[in-house]
Amino acid sequence: MPLARLIPCLDVANGRVVKGVSFSTLRDVGDPVELAQLYSDGGADELVFLDIAATPERAATTVGLVARVADVLTIPFTVGGGVRTLADASRVIESGADRVSLNSRAVADPSLIDAVARRYGTQAVVVAIDALDGVVYTHGGREATGASVVPWAVEATERGAGEILLTSIRHDGHRRGYDLELIGAVRDAVSTPVIASGGAGSAHDVAEALRVCDAALVASIVHDSPGELERLREEIEKLGVALRPRRRRDG
Amino acid sequence: MKVVIVDYGAGNTRSVVAALAHLGHEGVVTSNPDAIVDAPAVVLPGVGSARSAMVHLKTTGAAGALRERTANRSLTLGICLGMQLATDHSEEDGGVAGLALISGDVVRLTRGRVPRLGWAFVEALGDAFYFAHSYVVRSPHAVAWSDDVVAAVSVDGFVGVQFHPEKSGPAGLDFLARCLSPA
Repeated sequence: MPLARLIPCLDVANGRVVKGVSFSTLRDVGDPVELAQLYSDGGADELVFLDIAATPERAATTVGLVARVADVLTIPFTVGGGVRTLADASRVIESGADRVSLNSRAVADPSLIDAVARRYGTQAVVVAIDALDGVVYTHGGREATGASVVPWAVEATERGAGEILLTSIRHDGHRRGYDLELIGAVRDAVSTPVIASGGAGSAHDVAEALRVCDAALVASIVHDSPGELERLREEIEKLGVALRPRRRRDG
Repeated sequence: MKVVIVDYGAGNTRSVVAALAHLGHEGVVTSNPDAIVDAPAVVLPGVGSARSAMVHLKTTGAAGALRERTANRSLTLGICLGMQLATDHSEEDGGVAGLALISGDVVRLTRGRVPRLGWAFVEALGDAFYFAHSYVVRSPHAVAWSDDVVAAVSVDGFVGVQFHPEKSGPAGLDFLARCLSPA
């Protein structure tokens, strides 16, 4: 079985990495390419870029950013936010992203999952699910749908999602641990790997999540400085979870 | 060195070009058969589905050019789907005939989580590399394994890897550098 993965998530708006201070205020925290490189150097196994200000008019900005990231990064990365059609997914993947993450649009039109998987393979499709009390929410967690989390996760993987990125809305941002029960329930129901998201506050929290699923998304816990990722990895390994060994390139 | 990257319509060729640039090599993306036959080194990259990739490779003449390279024992590196396409047959898409550059076939993964995603050790190479696949190669030319999965094959100038060296950080770049150095 592959090693557990630690995946920093960078929120992007208008080509910059941002951090939400409150719902309306976004603070610019840096250039996506520079930060991606720093996280990669810090031992990230993969990165997720989430375009939180994606609109059809701004699609070109995202594609340009993906290409710039692909030119420097030698680890895999996923791009989410604003992928509404197969053509959107094609632009992102052909600009150098390894995977696209589908969320609201996949709920509205599940055949998008089939279409992207048929063209690029299931390993290129992540379906992100935002969950609250067992219900799937869309549009950044603001709108409740009629769908239940576990059956939707099963349908998404049957249609061609190669991985589920599962966020517990209640736990997200609180830094008091992941929703292990929800993550376990989804992982038991699907045959693909599952990424836990929402709630990482300590190495202990991340290690607990990695014992029940395949990867953990980390955001605020490592956002104060990418150097913290290196320390986090060491602490997680001390707790008995095997991660990818670090090695710098010879010469 | 100029390295030809075979374009078959759906590959993520940009990452391969970028990794080669890190090593000082120039990646040229093309499906032109003459360019493929003549290149000192060729990369057959790996994203997409087996059937559409084979259709594309045959229509452009790239398939024949790749066969000519192996007949000449010229260096060709197949990555992920690129390695799988080099075998005789794949179970993917209801069954697809491959390029038959190497003996072997491709079957669906039946153990563990599918797709098999993430970093895994390849003992023969002494490092962990990034894998993202649902199918595996079975071949008498296998030279490296990862969790019982064939991680690399090598015969007559053709080197195939199931992992993505262009996405495997320093370990992947070192592998690519070693692979391309004899060319």
